[in-house]
Amino acid sequence: MDKVLFLISAFLLVWGLRLQSDPASASKGNKYASVGMLIAIISATIMPIENSYDNYSWIIIPIIFSASIGYIIAKKIEMTSMPQMVSIFNGLGGLSAVLLSFTEINKWLSYTELYPQFVIVVLLVSLFIGSVAFTGSLLAFAKLDGYKWSEKLTLPFQHIINLILLVSIIVLSFLFIDNSADSNYLYILIAISLLYGVFFVAPIGGADMPVVISLLNSFTGITAALTGVIFDNKVMLLGGILVGAAGTILTVLMCQAMNRSLLNVLVGGFSSSGSSSKSSEQGDIKEITDSDFAVQLFYSQKVIIVPGYGLAVAQAQKLCKEIQEVLESNDVEVKYAIHPVAGRMPGHMNVLLAEADVDYSKLIELDEANSDFKSTDVAVIIGANDVVNPDAIDDTASPLYGMPILKVWESNSTVVLKRSMSAGYAGVQNPLFFRENNKMYFGDAKDSLQRLSTELKNL
Amino acid sequence: MSEIFNFLIQNEVLIYLLLFTVLLGFEVISKVPSVLHTPLMSGANAISGIVILGAIILIRSTDPENYFTLILASIALFIGSINVFGGFFVTNRMLEMFNKKKKNG
Repeated sequence: MDKVLFLISAFLLVWGLRLQSDPASASKGNKYASVGMLIAIISATIMPIENSYDNYSWIIIPIIFSASIGYIIAKKIEMTSMPQMVSIFNGLGGLSAVLLSFTEINKWLSYTELYPQFVIVVLLVSLFIGSVAFTGSLLAFAKLDGYKWSEKLTLPFQHIINLILLVSIIVLSFLFIDNSADSNYLYILIAISLLYGVFFVAPIGGADMPVVISLLNSFTGITAALTGVIFDNKVMLLGGILVGAAGTILTVLMCQAMNRSLLNVLVGGFSSSGSSSKSSEQGDIKEITDSDFAVQLFYSQKVIIVPGYGLAVAQAQKLCKEIQEVLESNDVEVKYAIHPVAGRMPGHMNVLLAEADVDYSKLIELDEANSDFKSTDVAVIIGANDVVNPDAIDDTASPLYGMPILKVWESNSTVVLKRSMSAGYAGVQNPLFFRENNKMYFGDAKDSLQRLSTELKNL
Repeated sequence: MSEIFNFLIQNEVLIYLLLFTVLLGFEVISKVPSVLHTPLMSGANAISGIVILGAIILIRSTDPENYFTLILASIALFIGSINVFGGFFVTNRMLEMFNKKKKNG
């Protein structure tokens, strides 16, 4: 019975993940996967276990509490904080795996001296990866949430320190297995693994956090799979490996969207800290007034909006849609150009605009947008910066060089909505702002769009 | 060393499963449009919470007097299920927005 249930659940997990890779069936896919998970939980609870004590109250109470907490968080969370949300959840998954491996190791040790070494090795690996996923995700969360630690924090000899940590983890593992049951080694091992997670993420810039989270997510998957080996549970193994593989592929896809290698991201890609040869070359910027901006848009034929993280932070997506409607009622064609890594996570902008009821067909992707700009009157850049930086194309010294970007400057004119002249996430100045046909419209995206919307309605 | 070797032989089917699942994972995801990266990451993250099955099995096979193991395993279960339930709910919420869009458009 339980075996059949596990089989069904495994099928649902795989099929659900498959459906999630197509926009039309994604929602259904998630439901399948969650049903699969529910069946797996139920079967783990009812399956016959030798010498089982059941202890159901220890199982049901935590699940009820966490299910309600999870539900409330999921309901309340703003769509803008989605990346942070995922990283926190992933950290919890990692912590759960750490606790589990730790408890399981203790249990094996207390049994007898005849525990199989292989089991301990697998558990130690799972403990290590889980710890890295836990502290790594927490730091990634901190970097995404507010800009507090968003810079790359690099210690001197960072790579050597990391290497020493790794080596000491391996040495400690051997010591632990040799001097069986000496828990001191285990505690130091956990401490160093947790520290390693911090050092792993610290040198990576905030802009690369999505890639990191995706990678850490696949780590959690691998831990789940390893624990599955120990508990001899095939669904755990399957689910874990599935996530491990999917997370890895997703990580690679994201890196490709930024035209960088994973290694480059991990060693702190934008490490030249903006020493671009051109960054000193600045000129005058021109500001645009409310009414000029409104008039310019109103009498355009085609407007492309380029949304970025600024739009997300200001929660201005509904205003954006409002302006789109005003313009459309005046026969202005409005489209949204979505850069694959705009915002803090791939697809972040799509989720936001979907929340504001923007028609899916109005969103265009990188290649289509780049051929569209030539026939565009005004490109409006709302809180995006690095994804429209021309340095990526023509300045080999720029840390952004090589990243595919939106060539907004090919349109007749551009207007950049931005809070200040500060540099973007990559820490480099954007020469677009000083171009002849560009104007700046300063302010928080929400205030700015509010002003613009009022002005438009008065016309 | 021989122990590891024995383990591999004893778990032949498991190893095959591992191999094919890795390929399956790559195959299933490889053609995802970037629009879906965020929900997919969130959905995959929820699935990685499957580690709680281990916690459930551990709790069930633990002596009721062994509070150390019971408490740690329940905390693991509690934390892990937040990941599972929260993850699925939030992914669902994100994807519903895409769906709503489809009907209007």
